[in-house]
Amino acid sequence: MTAGRSVATAFEKAGAEGRGTLVGYLPAGFPTYEGSIAAAKVMVEAGCDVIEVGLPYTDPLMDGPTIQDAVHQALVGGARVAGVFRTVEAIAATGVPTLVMTYWNPVDRYGVDAFARDLASAGGSGLITPDLTPEEGGDWLAAADEHDLDRIFLVALSSTDERLAAITEVCRGFVYAASLMGVTGARSAVDTGAANLVERTRKAMPVGARLPVGLGLGVGNGVQAAEVAAFADGVIVGSAFIRRLLDARSPDEGLASIRRLTEELAAGVRR
Amino acid sequence: MTTDAVHGVTDAVPDASGHFGRFGGRFAPEALMAALDELTIAHAEAMRDEGFRGELDHLLATYAGRPSLLTEAKRFGEKAGVRVLLKREDLNHTGSHKINNVLGQALLTKRMGKTRVIAETGAGQHGVATATAAALLGLDCTVYMGEVDTVRQALNVARMRMLGAEVIPVKTGSRTLKDACNEAFRDWVASVDHTHYCIGSTMGPHPFPMMVRDFQRIIGVEARRQVIELTGRLPDAVIACVGGGSNAIGAFHAFVPDEGVRLYGFEAGGDGLDSGRHAATLAGGSVGVIHGMRTYLLQDEDGQTLDTHSVSAGLDYPGVGPEHSWLRDSGRAIYQAVTDAEAMEAFALLCRTEGIIPAIESAHALAGTLRIGPELAAGADERPTVVVCLSGRGDKDMHTAAEWFGLVDEDGSSK
Repeated sequence: MTAGRSVATAFEKAGAEGRGTLVGYLPAGFPTYEGSIAAAKVMVEAGCDVIEVGLPYTDPLMDGPTIQDAVHQALVGGARVAGVFRTVEAIAATGVPTLVMTYWNPVDRYGVDAFARDLASAGGSGLITPDLTPEEGGDWLAAADEHDLDRIFLVALSSTDERLAAITEVCRGFVYAASLMGVTGARSAVDTGAANLVERTRKAMPVGARLPVGLGLGVGNGVQAAEVAAFADGVIVGSAFIRRLLDARSPDEGLASIRRLTEELAAGVRR
Repeated sequence: MTTDAVHGVTDAVPDASGHFGRFGGRFAPEALMAALDELTIAHAEAMRDEGFRGELDHLLATYAGRPSLLTEAKRFGEKAGVRVLLKREDLNHTGSHKINNVLGQALLTKRMGKTRVIAETGAGQHGVATATAAALLGLDCTVYMGEVDTVRQALNVARMRMLGAEVIPVKTGSRTLKDACNEAFRDWVASVDHTHYCIGSTMGPHPFPMMVRDFQRIIGVEARRQVIELTGRLPDAVIACVGGGSNAIGAFHAFVPDEGVRLYGFEAGGDGLDSGRHAATLAGGSVGVIHGMRTYLLQDEDGQTLDTHSVSAGLDYPGVGPEHSWLRDSGRAIYQAVTDAEAMEAFALLCRTEGIIPAIESAHALAGTLRIGPELAAGADERPTVVVCLSGRGDKDMHTAAEWFGLVDEDGSSK
């Protein structure tokens, strides 16, 4: 297999339909490999345009308690990097562009080029790297070129215009805008600075470039999804899905709950 | 001694983006990059500012009690087969070398207009030092400490709270120092506009490893002058314990250009390297990325951080400062592991031969001295001289030591 389609294609399709793109996150191996794949397939059926598979890591320092709980369960359950590739392969086989979200050390340890090669061969579309910025990412920039993968770096409310320009220049697929200064986890309201960040990010792009901007962190319901889709190209939701699985009394109840949330979010990005 | 001698910074490492050879750098969330840039500039400007340096020197002299003594440990030295000179960081205010760094960073915090400091702590020494500096300078203070460590270092938790700091027990992961670091980073991402993360060791993303070294190098600058005054020449070796590595880099740094001075770092070998229960990063680890830096760390084949073990909470950390990784690979410094048992034996020996109760962390350096002393002495014309960094005092460790040596009954009462 070769690398999956760029997630940019999902953004283009949603844009053509006059709506926001819905990106859903789940860690591989949570609650089990089969469980995470089943949940992702439900998310795709119910309206997610892109799936982001988390690589469980022992020290997730950008994540709040919900994702910490989930990745801890996955690791205790024996989650491995090889299992992440199998998870990506199963999800990408549905045709949905599938990304991996990972802290940098597991990639570094695996070997950057080998990781890119195996991700591409599993049909993955690229990587989201929350603790890697372009300055330290030389090997990854080259490997992404070599294996035709999306590379999604984050921008933050605190990013200077100079940094926004440098980051958007090397992003491919979309730009991940962190909606707030803080860790992952659903919040009651979308930070008021988020729209401004999306606007600044667009302005920082080279003339003629029009990379989609997805907004993540803190979004957890349909109202917020609609609010974000009004100013960003995409809405990224993670902790809210995990919360549904953590709270469910059975796997079936969890999947049903995931389906309802996805439908609510999918309706939100279409408002 | 001029302030230049204390605060002079060697230009060779790191490079402008914080790389010590292939180590160090800045693997941090984008949200922190602006603050790290701000800190890099503020630190560089402060070190060039005579007003800042004067204020720091004044605090170090009149508050922390510097310069710290260099004490000859004659009876201990006889056991080690070398002349042992102890650099007495245990005599600093708050009882360890941590105050050197914290006073510098707390002054920088005020200079940057921030009103709150946060810190991670293992043994609690850095937490106590940070709480102390925060009280002195009128800053709010929150300290993250692994739940396991809050139990084995309960006295330091009480000290921090007395000083007005909020102590938050961290209940995630292995509930020790690395998890306290994770929590502190999570706090900082959300609070960075008014909060400075006062990292306690030569670790983290650039500029922390360089900045903490610059604030700790006074240990070696003083020791170098003191040992020459005392003996008329440079020592044969400088010895320190290494967890994150701040007392060691502080002790080593002024001696790095002195090629005849051997540098030894002793890591926490726990139950032994073969047991898998240890925290000897440089002796038993591999290169990767943790807490914002590329360095040696203890990880599995998937890059997951391994659980560590040490009798010493302050050394119980799976990473190490990147400059030590660089010194290791260059061969300039030698790093070995000493076990819990070796460290505790040395702990007892210093108590009984010198009337000094060391921190269990520092006891690793003493155990290393007992190991390499005879090697250094073999074939030497005269008895070699070694400087050992006694990074902290052992009051906080009495509970652990009492249990280890059976000084309390099973119900916890004194014998």
